[in-house]
Amino acid sequence: MADAPQIPDEAEVRARWGGFAWTAENAEQAKKVIARYPEGRQQSAVMPLLDLAQRQVGAETGTQGWLPIPVIEYVAAQLDMPFMRAYEVVTFYTMYNMAPVGRFHVQVCGTTPCMLRGSDDVLSACKAKGLKKGATTEDGLFTLTEVECLGACANAPMVQINDDNFEDLTFETMTAILDDLAAGRQPKIGPQIERQTSAPEGGPTATKAMAHENHDYRGEW
Amino acid sequence: MAEETAPAPFVGPLEDKDRIFTNVHGYQDWRMDAAMARGDWDNTKKLLEIGQDQIIEVMKASGLRGRGGAGFPTGMKWSFMPKESKDGRPSFLVINADESEPGSCKDREIIRHDPHKLIEGALIAGFAMRARAAYIYIRGEFIYEAKVLFAAVEEAYAKGFIGKNACGSGYDFDVFVHRGAGAYICGEETAQIESLEGKKGQPRLKPPFPAGAGLYGCPTTVNNVESIAVAPTILRRGAGWFSSFGRENNKGTKLFQISGHVNKPCVIEESMSIPFRELIDRHCGGIRGGWDNLLAVIPGGSSVPLVPAKEIMDAPMDFDGLRALGSGLGTAAVIVMDKSTDIVRAISRISYFYKHESCGQCTPCREGTGWMWRVMERLVRGDADPEEIDMLFQVTKQVEGHTICALGDAAAWPIQGLIRHFRPEIERRIAAKRSGAPVLEAAE
Repeated sequence: MADAPQIPDEAEVRARWGGFAWTAENAEQAKKVIARYPEGRQQSAVMPLLDLAQRQVGAETGTQGWLPIPVIEYVAAQLDMPFMRAYEVVTFYTMYNMAPVGRFHVQVCGTTPCMLRGSDDVLSACKAKGLKKGATTEDGLFTLTEVECLGACANAPMVQINDDNFEDLTFETMTAILDDLAAGRQPKIGPQIERQTSAPEGGPTATKAMAHENHDYRGEW
Repeated sequence: MAEETAPAPFVGPLEDKDRIFTNVHGYQDWRMDAAMARGDWDNTKKLLEIGQDQIIEVMKASGLRGRGGAGFPTGMKWSFMPKESKDGRPSFLVINADESEPGSCKDREIIRHDPHKLIEGALIAGFAMRARAAYIYIRGEFIYEAKVLFAAVEEAYAKGFIGKNACGSGYDFDVFVHRGAGAYICGEETAQIESLEGKKGQPRLKPPFPAGAGLYGCPTTVNNVESIAVAPTILRRGAGWFSSFGRENNKGTKLFQISGHVNKPCVIEESMSIPFRELIDRHCGGIRGGWDNLLAVIPGGSSVPLVPAKEIMDAPMDFDGLRALGSGLGTAAVIVMDKSTDIVRAISRISYFYKHESCGQCTPCREGTGWMWRVMERLVRGDADPEEIDMLFQVTKQVEGHTICALGDAAAWPIQGLIRHFRPEIERRIAAKRSGAPVLEAAE
């Protein structure tokens, strides 16, 4: 498959990540996560722990992280589950990266609601900056992925970069965001037009009082 | 006495005082103090004192139908849970916040701007169905939203509203948040349960139904975020208040999410059964280019068939009204398409979505979604035989109803809707391709 992740050589990966262990802070967090589930059901924690592990790998490599095999083994061992059951989870869910990604993971939503509002332009803006779908730029800065609906359809088109959403995009605003990130500046998160979250552009059409004060409507019931 | 005729149902527009999610756009703070000032967690103990069975009765009487898409009556769903545990198994409430249906973006707004409505609802629903705890399954990509939710749950624990002796009611109830990791199928209730157990999210065969054996083999009810979050207000204001909105069998208020070719896309709470035209003109600034420019609407998220402009313009936006048009309300995710839309491509993109999201368990869906998408891609270019349109339709019928969960159906319906309403456009492209004329007209 042409779009399969390019997983690095296994021997090298093992040499680099064979000694993976939680940082003190993440070890604490892992304990907290496991405690959310009933005793004997610790396997439920596999998804949050894989996410935590990916973030730790990301922090150690200055990227958005990925899940080398030895790291998956480490998580599986902690939860007393077979490696294959954990590996299965990694392959099933799209948010686990099976190969390294860049410092900024640019995830452009291309599903129909975004497509209708111009996600093609957003992808063109990425392309114009040298980003290629499924690949990381040579400077290691950007990885571009076209993803499926991210659930911000009233603010389409949108992109998720690392943990932040950028919404109501155009070719120009997407270009500006990429320029900012490349230059080490933090672009404004959320809608890129004058707009309060998912309220209609130009101001709310309902519960207008809320725009000015924390209005309690109970007196009008 | 004169014979009484039934009054016309209220179909909007809602007054502000009748809106449940007053902070849906996040103008104000989501935190505990601000939420309490708006009326959340206001003497919740008194609501619990209504009693478990009576709460379920109120929910039944309110006419609330599940807001996750299927529209199953919420009160009735709660009543399927065992009243006592005969074998010591606890019961669980799972709240479905895996909002991934293309077009849907309402649970996100509830969670990031009004999370305490959801947590209070979790306690009330969990108490009514005698659950030990609630797990809120939030989709992995809602990273900020999950942060808010974790923090809001901590606030509720700190106040003693949940946990041991929740709200001083004597009832112990925990709320946990579980983040997904990117899989549309985990919005299906049994797939969600599998995922919560730390497995691939592949749907289970039913029966057994979750109310008999769900999470960890224990009785479980899976409810949508919106269904749970409206419960406290329904109890405070009464079943009669909630059921005063909308047509018979389609009661209540609803968060509509309008995307696509309207002048001002938005998320807005309105009365059920509000006419489509009123919804768009009042809140979205009309159709881009005017009403004559409307081509078609997908009224309930990508899984439901599209409806051509002239049929939907004055249709009531509710379960039965849209079913009568061969479509459905789904999650009330309204995707509007004007005449600049490449309608075949728009549906083909939905086919790609289902191909990408099929969990791979059932052959008709795993193979069928890919097959349907590949044919759709050729139809976009007109690179096909006219007979293939019928063949495609036939294949959608072979996928529909032959899979464990409804993803196969959801992949089939949009294509069926396209063929039903836009067959001439598909045929035109095939003819154009054969004659060497350009297949696609220049988009705007």
